[in-house]
Amino acid sequence: MKKRNKDFTGDTLYKLFVYVALITLVVVIIVPVGWVFLASLKENSQFYGNPWVLPNGLHFENFVNAWNAANMGSYMLNSAIVTALALCLLLVVALPAAYCLSRFRFRGSKFLNICFMAGLFINVNYIVVPIFLMLKDGDAWLKSAFGSTFLLNNLFVLAVVYAATALPFTIYLLSGYFATLPHAFEEAAYIDGAGYGRTMIQIIFPMAKPSIITIILFNFLSFWNEYIISMTLMSSSKGAKTLPVGLLNLMQTSQAKTDFGQLYAGLVLVMLPTLILYICVQKKLTQGMTVGGLKG
Amino acid sequence: MKQHAGRNRFIALCVAPATILFTIFMILPTLNVFRMSLFERGAYSPTETFVGFQNFKALFNDAKFISSMQNTILLTVVVTVVTFFFALVFAGILTREKIKGQNFFRIVFYIPNILSVVVIAGIFSAIYKPENGMLNNILSMLSGETVMILWKDQPMVIVSIIIAMVWQAIGYYMVMYMASMSAVSESLYESSALDGAGRLTQFFQITLPLIWTNIRTTLTFFIISTINMSFLFVKAMVAKGMADVGLSFMYNQKDAGLYGYSMAAGVVLFLFSFLLSGAVNMVTKRDVLQM
Repeated sequence: MKKRNKDFTGDTLYKLFVYVALITLVVVIIVPVGWVFLASLKENSQFYGNPWVLPNGLHFENFVNAWNAANMGSYMLNSAIVTALALCLLLVVALPAAYCLSRFRFRGSKFLNICFMAGLFINVNYIVVPIFLMLKDGDAWLKSAFGSTFLLNNLFVLAVVYAATALPFTIYLLSGYFATLPHAFEEAAYIDGAGYGRTMIQIIFPMAKPSIITIILFNFLSFWNEYIISMTLMSSSKGAKTLPVGLLNLMQTSQAKTDFGQLYAGLVLVMLPTLILYICVQKKLTQGMTVGGLKG
Repeated sequence: MKQHAGRNRFIALCVAPATILFTIFMILPTLNVFRMSLFERGAYSPTETFVGFQNFKALFNDAKFISSMQNTILLTVVVTVVTFFFALVFAGILTREKIKGQNFFRIVFYIPNILSVVVIAGIFSAIYKPENGMLNNILSMLSGETVMILWKDQPMVIVSIIIAMVWQAIGYYMVMYMASMSAVSESLYESSALDGAGRLTQFFQITLPLIWTNIRTTLTFFIISTINMSFLFVKAMVAKGMADVGLSFMYNQKDAGLYGYSMAAGVVLFLFSFLLSGAVNMVTKRDVLQM
């Protein structure tokens, strides 16, 4: 008891230091993000003075400009289509595969498991050029055979590429979960006369719901935010673009045009969906990450 | 027998789509990276001529490639050291101390991780603006004179990328270490406190050794991911040609139509990141402690 009293001032000082450090970090993170939100409401002339002044009114026309003039509206639609398509495809393909790979032993199952594990180490940034060339060659062939191209500048193909490159991580996460389930579930279902497919869809998948939600969250964020593949495969200047690529173009042009209000409104449009999703499910996300413990 | 055939058909049906997609869009392109590094390919025609190790030879005589590799190494080392230091220290504090509003801190620290790199680049361009940017403005207020640092020009450009990358990564790793540190049993800290161990001793003698396996794995992945993330940041943040890292060098060669050369750079980087993470894995090997 005596020792505690002696340490008391040291303890409070330490605590104070801890809080100061933590709050500093919070400020460092919150202020720039919040600043962009405020800046998206500023008038253009305000960007030449003190950066810390508040907007002189709510200039929502920045958002209208970004949405219409800078095409962010149609980019957003493209991003939504690609993300939704890629997520659906990924779930349809990865769920059964992960289930079979983790719960059945068949010829080649070990080899396939190793292949998908090895896939965790292949980063898309390395293989984006060969994928681009493969699609380009495919387009050239299609053009000579059918007279029209299909593979590049196609939102659907982009979604397929997203889903395919997310397979190793998704299968790894799902397999980890499926492997923990006792086999008694399937045995009971088989005895009751359910086939393999029915057992999988009606018994196993509903139990995997938490894992499925986790992979939807993680992959939503990565698909929505991705821009290297999208920039490479959707390179046509008149073609459809996803939101991050559109924003990147806007960043380059608005520096020249100095239309900063529109730029920051665009930034808000890109991050708002992810922030809203994050606030709704933050518990899930910060817990789920410990399951995988790795990221591309 | 019939049931056996049914089982095999079911498995084939389940596994085939994933395997096909995975083969077309990941295995084949990966093999292609290695194959194409030995070829020269025209920018406008798909004809390829075998050139052996010519591309690699040219690569190691290319001053731009050497400097981009130097940048890669510099970024990887500095970002890794700074991020891990702060992430571990903050996680140690947050899990050990009774902090009010822990959940709030956790939520805020994770935010940078959910933002697109393009958004982060946009945010940091507002921070780094030479005239009336946030950072120069604060520095001016603190020093009392007008600071006009060109953050995104030489020689500060690498520093500005490092700051942005640490800003983005720190929360993610902190939240992860908080999860693994909270699994360390409280009784260890209590008994060591009775033996007179202070906070620092506890951190180095109990916390770090017990989560060492986790630190090792994440360190390996972090190094690989930093090499990739540095590319995303450079591509989104920095004017073309201002500063290159390995992967952005590779991408620029692709833009120039030098596909074989670009893939040779890819191969070098691929091997580099594997060797580096292998080396880190070996150096950090310790006997696993059980709780």
